[in-house]
Amino acid sequence: MGLDFSIIPKYMDIILLGVAWTIGITVAAALLSFVGGIIFAVIALYAPWLIRQPFRLIEWVFMGTPLLLQLFLIYFGLVQIGIDLPAFVAGIIGLGLHFAVYNSELIQTAILAVDKGQMEAARTLGLSRTQALRKVVIPQAVRAVIPPIGNNMIALLKDSALVSVIGVSELTLSAQRVIGKTYRPFEFYILAAAFYYVINLCMEWVQRKIERRISVSR
Amino acid sequence: MTEQTHFVEIRHAQKSFGTLEVLKDISLNVERGQIVGIIGSSGSGKSTLLRAINDLDPLTGGEIWLDGVQVNKTLPHRQYEKHINEVRQHVGMVFQHFNLFPHMTARENVTMAPKMLKGLSQADADRLAEEQLDKVGMLERIDYYPSQLSGGQKQRVAIARALAMKPKLMLFDEATSALDPELVEEVNLVMKKLAEEHMTMIIVTHEMDFAASVCDRVLFMDKGVVVEEGPPSVLFKNPTQDRTREFLRKHIEGAS
Repeated sequence: MGLDFSIIPKYMDIILLGVAWTIGITVAAALLSFVGGIIFAVIALYAPWLIRQPFRLIEWVFMGTPLLLQLFLIYFGLVQIGIDLPAFVAGIIGLGLHFAVYNSELIQTAILAVDKGQMEAARTLGLSRTQALRKVVIPQAVRAVIPPIGNNMIALLKDSALVSVIGVSELTLSAQRVIGKTYRPFEFYILAAAFYYVINLCMEWVQRKIERRISVSR
Repeated sequence: MTEQTHFVEIRHAQKSFGTLEVLKDISLNVERGQIVGIIGSSGSGKSTLLRAINDLDPLTGGEIWLDGVQVNKTLPHRQYEKHINEVRQHVGMVFQHFNLFPHMTARENVTMAPKMLKGLSQADADRLAEEQLDKVGMLERIDYYPSQLSGGQKQRVAIARALAMKPKLMLFDEATSALDPELVEEVNLVMKKLAEEHMTMIIVTHEMDFAASVCDRVLFMDKGVVVEEGPPSVLFKNPTQDRTREFLRKHIEGAS
């Protein structure tokens, strides 16, 4: 049984729908991980002890356990306590929070690396510490971590394939479904891989655009 | 607590870092519109004194009064934060390393605090930015980022940023020390212009010529005390203290 790529167009609609889901989930989870990363970083650095400690536990759970397990927990586990999330929402939350914790680590380091003269200058103008963090320190920290966060986002794209196990018809699951019908695993896995590659390239392009735009303002 | 009679009044300022005493019982009065220079070698406590005035480096003893308000009064934490933020709005500060916000244009550097703290509209803020940047000769670079400016230009924007809050008092912490020699003059000119407008200023500096030309009074500090003070014509020409003489000799010889 040789390879036959001519079968692809017939199932392209299913694959493309999968691509759309993968992009949608990745973008949503990336945004969540970015905003969440900033919030987590601020909590880790500045929140009172009572808030920081339980947060540390959450952080440990997301960093120290498999993402797959976290997805199962959010999708199947939460139902038992009355939180019944649609699979794609569970997927976005799982991926988003998981990577938020990693982004938070980066942002924390970057916040601490902002020159202390920046905080002083802002305070001297009369800004409160919170205002100074929001307007002066955090925007600079975020600019500094765009490149490593970009790497995390590529990892997020690849890990988005994991949400197939909770039944979200993203690219990987779509490919599997087509393979189930056609018995053509090689052709369709290669096709899926090609799409991941293209999405990856697009993300790198966006990242480069952002980096170029902010390069003057660093 | 006695009422203050001077515009800026520093009473028995004392500051220690652990066992190291960097300010030893310093008292200083500055009148409205006066320009006071502080000179001294590094480690003399001159920057610490300046930074105590707006509470960047809080004193461990003594009082600081500005225009009838005690800057470092004892209050519960939250109230103190509110109080000090209010005080700082009236005290402009210019740093050795500019500390411009690199992610903001010159315009945004100038307008950020007035917009945030005084609720200026964008139109009013733009007008303010144009006015202040024009004053320091930086209107043409209003939409440039700090990374696109020279050191002297950065410092001029930093001065405009401080002026935009309409301060009653300006503090200069070695404003030209980090500049290339050819860029010092443009910043000095801006400071001279402020002097002509009778802005009250306290200037920590290494430049004796500049201090001599703009200051009404100069203080020489050494090891946490004010060794000698007086009008520049007296202090620079006929210092009475040996330590002052020695410092001036080193400095003026070293500079020329």
